[in-house]
Amino acid sequence: MRPGDTLPPVEIPVTRTLVVAGAIASRDYQDVHHDPELARQKGSPDIFMNILTTNGLVGRYITDHFGPRAVLRKVAIRLGAPNHPGDTMVLTATIEEVTEETDGATATVRVVGDNAIGRHVTGTVTVTVPTASTVPPAPALPTPSSEEAG
Amino acid sequence: METVETADEEQHREDLGDQEDLEKRLKAYEGRASAVAGAGKDPVNAPMIRHWCEAMGDTNPAYTGPDAIAPPTMLQAWTMGGLSGHTGRTEAYDDLLSLLDEAGCTSVVATDCEQEYVRPLRPGDEITFDTVIESVSERKRTKLGTGYFVTTRMNIRAGEDLVGTHRFRILKYAPARRPEKKPPRPRPVVNRDNAGFWDGASRHRLLIQRCADCATLRFPWLPGCASCGSPDWDTVEATGEGTVYSYVVMHHPPFPAFDPPYAVALIELTEGVRMISNVVGIPHDQVRVGRPVRLEFQRFDEELVLPVFRAAEEPEGSPYATR
Repeated sequence: MRPGDTLPPVEIPVTRTLVVAGAIASRDYQDVHHDPELARQKGSPDIFMNILTTNGLVGRYITDHFGPRAVLRKVAIRLGAPNHPGDTMVLTATIEEVTEETDGATATVRVVGDNAIGRHVTGTVTVTVPTASTVPPAPALPTPSSEEAG
Repeated sequence: METVETADEEQHREDLGDQEDLEKRLKAYEGRASAVAGAGKDPVNAPMIRHWCEAMGDTNPAYTGPDAIAPPTMLQAWTMGGLSGHTGRTEAYDDLLSLLDEAGCTSVVATDCEQEYVRPLRPGDEITFDTVIESVSERKRTKLGTGYFVTTRMNIRAGEDLVGTHRFRILKYAPARRPEKKPPRPRPVVNRDNAGFWDGASRHRLLIQRCADCATLRFPWLPGCASCGSPDWDTVEATGEGTVYSYVVMHHPPFPAFDPPYAVALIELTEGVRMISNVVGIPHDQVRVGRPVRLEFQRFDEELVLPVFRAAEEPEGSPYATR
């Protein structure tokens, strides 16, 4: 983990289901996130992803990359071009700064999400990644059978 | 027309005054609380965490199992009012939003979210929050419409512990009207009594009916002569010279295919008959009774050609000379 390192891009298909499921999971019932007709009346061509979903996806992108022991410290995002259904958002990121600590390292990561109409999101995530030696090994991913049993 | 322009200017001055006044009133909300002792509708809980993870496609094992934490980015979700409304929201914040609604800024979109996580949230944590209005911007023009950015900062606690902070910026805006495709000009109603006229127009000829018995010219086209009653007729082609006999300027209501204001004129042709048409080539407020005009044919779309009248060039010193 060094400044200048880039994260592999991740493509997020922006389906209508994702937009609506994200809005409802974040308890955001603003009509522009589920009702196309009312969205149009408010100057938008279709429904669009809410900011909480974008925030969740940015967080997921970072923790997916750095692993389940990574701890999010800060997530700051700004929205631009809206994520409408049918589009694809490509998340990319660059490590800007790394601070080594006794039990890990804290990175400042610049995240960008582009869609077909432009830059949907720009953001900065601060994440602490514990060093392997000082932290017990990560719990194994639950298997489908254990999930069903639990 | 002068009175209309003065009224417009007056309105503009009033609007500017109103806007300054509004911005002053909006600024007064900065620093005031927007939520006091708000409480999460539910304690942090595994089902909501699971729904969130399903929606986000987040399979991080840290969010499941007996030691599960909530995804940190879920922070705001625990504070959402949902369909049953916000708790702890202050009158000041409601007033601020109403003020913006009244100014036409009825729509809202979130633009910025900045969160710091002090400690992870776990199922069972009971959330409370306090929020302050950090700033209200001046009026901004955006792609969505014109409006104001409102920034709030929320402190979120579980019990006595500060667990996170959440700065949030929304744009309250008046939706920009989406440009609609302009409908075509209305089609003429062509029947057997006037078909000759429209046929002539399509060939760029302005045809006047002439009674075959008494030679009286008539326009618009009719089945019989108003002077002698004869049904027989032939046509003469107009030279295209004429003057404005009378006119009106259309301001309201605006018909979708037209751009008001525009002049609708009664043109007296040199042959002596009069017809309704548009005067083109000069602004609507320079159309005057007696102004010389000359026929031309204007194509509006693939099907529609109409006779219109262009204001003729005026010699210097003429009362109709354009400046």
